[in-house]
Amino acid sequence: MKLDYLAQILAARAQKRPIALATRLADGAQSLYDGATCTGAVALSAGQIAEAHGLLLAGRSAPLAASEGAIFLRCYAPPAKLVMIGAVHIAQFLAPMAALAGFEVIVIDPRGAFATEARFPGVTLVTEWPGPALARIGLDEHTAVVTLTHDPKLDDPALRAALQSPVFYIGALGSTRTHAKRIERLRELGLAQLAPRIHAPVGLDLGGRAAAEIAVSVLAQVIQQRYRRAP
Amino acid sequence: MAESATDVLAQARQWREAGKGVALATVVGTWGSSPVQAGSHLAVSDDSAFVGSVSGGCIEGAVVTEALQVIADGRPRQLEYGVTDEMAWAIGLACGGKVQIYVERVE
Repeated sequence: MKLDYLAQILAARAQKRPIALATRLADGAQSLYDGATCTGAVALSAGQIAEAHGLLLAGRSAPLAASEGAIFLRCYAPPAKLVMIGAVHIAQFLAPMAALAGFEVIVIDPRGAFATEARFPGVTLVTEWPGPALARIGLDEHTAVVTLTHDPKLDDPALRAALQSPVFYIGALGSTRTHAKRIERLRELGLAQLAPRIHAPVGLDLGGRAAAEIAVSVLAQVIQQRYRRAP
Repeated sequence: MAESATDVLAQARQWREAGKGVALATVVGTWGSSPVQAGSHLAVSDDSAFVGSVSGGCIEGAVVTEALQVIADGRPRQLEYGVTDEMAWAIGLACGGKVQIYVERVE
């Protein structure tokens, strides 16, 4: 490996940009792929680029199938981000669980009584309103957004922002009935056609009702959706 | 794992910039109950120091020996360790898995 490639990988990591190194194992020739362009001695076919793109999104390293194992793609993906709206009881479980699973966790709640260090030790708390907070954080394809407040004043602006972004997961806590009303509100905003992207009721159906159990089901669904895109 | 991979690469660069010979080993394939993920790195310096892991500890010694050869001659190598390999038993990959490792010199 060229020292320059090593430096480029480290720079990308420092800036939380995904990058992948493609190595042709037979002769050691290498290229860097940043999700858009591939530069170096190994030329990837359109099919291999598509495969590499999926792997990079999932942060998974693997041989490129189209190359019959002769090209190995080492992905250096930044940790996926999980943004929660609502510093509520479920978030108190979901935040540490997601952190353990390798996510960068951010909890947004403008209500000072909820978003406290005592309730969320070590968690990144943002006490702005969801709209401006999400605009500042940035919603990309490595990000999942989960609304947990049940309060349209807080949840809706977040869903609006998420639906108009490439985030890989959107989940909204609330019953089927609550979600039907939510879709009506989105319809008024002209966003009804995007509503199927929202996972609601949120989480995989594991049968649990306790806050910790719901947190597990949400985290499980986020992980499932993250890897669903990988080949 | 993601964080440690960065640390391994950062260490590799640090060694290289200090003028040491450096090899990077990467897990490029696993079969069965291998304890590591594809992409796991082990960086080795020419004075036999190493960081990272390619097996959870079972075969690092053997990989370091190969890595020193790669530093010396610059020729990348593909190594394979598994339960079918008596050598792997001897050096302790008894977890029932098989692992393929690519070793290259950092130029």
